[in-house]
Amino acid sequence: MALQEKYNPHNPANREQKSPAPSRKLKSFKDGDMQVIIGWILRIGVVTSMVIVFIGGVLFIFRHGHSIPDYRHFNGVPDFIRTPGGIINGILTFKGQAIIQAGIVLLIATPIIRVAFSAIGFLIEKDYLYTAITLVVLLIIVASMLGGHIG
Amino acid sequence: MIDKPQKVIVTFAALNSTVLSMSVIVFTVILLFGSYFAGLLGSLTGLGGGFVIIPLLTLVLHVDIHYAIGASLVSVIATSSGSAAAYVKEGITNIRLGMFLEIATTAGAFTGAIIAIYISTQFIAVLFGAILIFSAIMSLREKVEQITIQKTYLSQKLKLNGTYPVNDELVEYGVSNIAGGFFMMIFAGVISGLLGVGSGALKVVAMDGLMRIPFKVSTTTSNFMIGVTAAASAVVYFQRGYIHPGLAMPVVIGVLLGAISGSKILVHTKSSAWLRWVFAVVVTFLAVQMIYNGITGKI
Repeated sequence: MALQEKYNPHNPANREQKSPAPSRKLKSFKDGDMQVIIGWILRIGVVTSMVIVFIGGVLFIFRHGHSIPDYRHFNGVPDFIRTPGGIINGILTFKGQAIIQAGIVLLIATPIIRVAFSAIGFLIEKDYLYTAITLVVLLIIVASMLGGHIG
Repeated sequence: MIDKPQKVIVTFAALNSTVLSMSVIVFTVILLFGSYFAGLLGSLTGLGGGFVIIPLLTLVLHVDIHYAIGASLVSVIATSSGSAAAYVKEGITNIRLGMFLEIATTAGAFTGAIIAIYISTQFIAVLFGAILIFSAIMSLREKVEQITIQKTYLSQKLKLNGTYPVNDELVEYGVSNIAGGFFMMIFAGVISGLLGVGSGALKVVAMDGLMRIPFKVSTTTSNFMIGVTAAASAVVYFQRGYIHPGLAMPVVIGVLLGAISGSKILVHTKSSAWLRWVFAVVVTFLAVQMIYNGITGKI
């Protein structure tokens, strides 16, 4: 009776001693790796883009702090940051709004980069079904990027 | 563009003139504080910052609703990616389930962002109010966890069943009603793309209610998906010029800092009942304002 109680895993007294099944741990090893990498991509992406947005914001306020903005009526974004070339040019000339836009582009790219890395991760795991599923998600995002131009 | 009839109410006129004459620095500071508050509330209640930031921008600061949606979307990406980074490492997030459902949410978000260009801002405001009320009700409802260990053919084929840690033990769970959940996710994606919110409430409805996933897994996985969903519509909004740096900058920084504070508070205390009630009242007020202003054409 005492022996049975000792090895009964359902006995709450023995619960703490019970270690997780080793087979499961081994199986999820690669998944665990992917989770760590995904975690880092998201973290680095958010922190970096926030720093860039903040720097851009400081420059923007420093230069244009006393001008009166009009956000009441929709006019799109200022002309000089409408094109990728314009944004790059703006960064090189330390224009605050261009630097903010660059930070936002990086922020939007962060989850997309995460998806791309997941595709590689699934491929390494030889999980071809999920490699395909992930590629479909990427394809939809690419379609969305192209679709934004139309009309 | 300034051909709208002048408002006759004196207070409104006074408020408008102050808003109109605000300098960049004043506007940025107000928005930073407002966004911090929005992020804090959104995090404490689990509704997300977008639901407070859009009414703040449109109703109080009279910002064009397209700009408001653009700025909110950017903040949604920041908060969901930031918190997903923490959750993913804990191993609770079901990455396969998230990836699979992201097909539905990104396709929906793309559709929503395209529709948003063609429908009137009035309709967007009314829909926003309706979804806001629905989300508030959902957050107040007593939730009953229904975990199933039954593994359907489809959930095994798609490898969606998983385990999650409960007191250092791995508990198995199965995923049911995949088709129903998938369609609900398309809808959640459309709403997210249309209104610039994470639509976490709808995602949780799909996962808790239809697919019977444990709460811990559904909240973290839904959060994991929100960033990609928002990015899919943000690329459309960005190209259309809806994401204005002058607005997005204070909003994204404020909401993110607010959300971080909120999550720190939640670690120490559980989301209390009275707080949720206070939020429900605030949210209902905002929702009614959005609907009223939408119908009367003030937005």
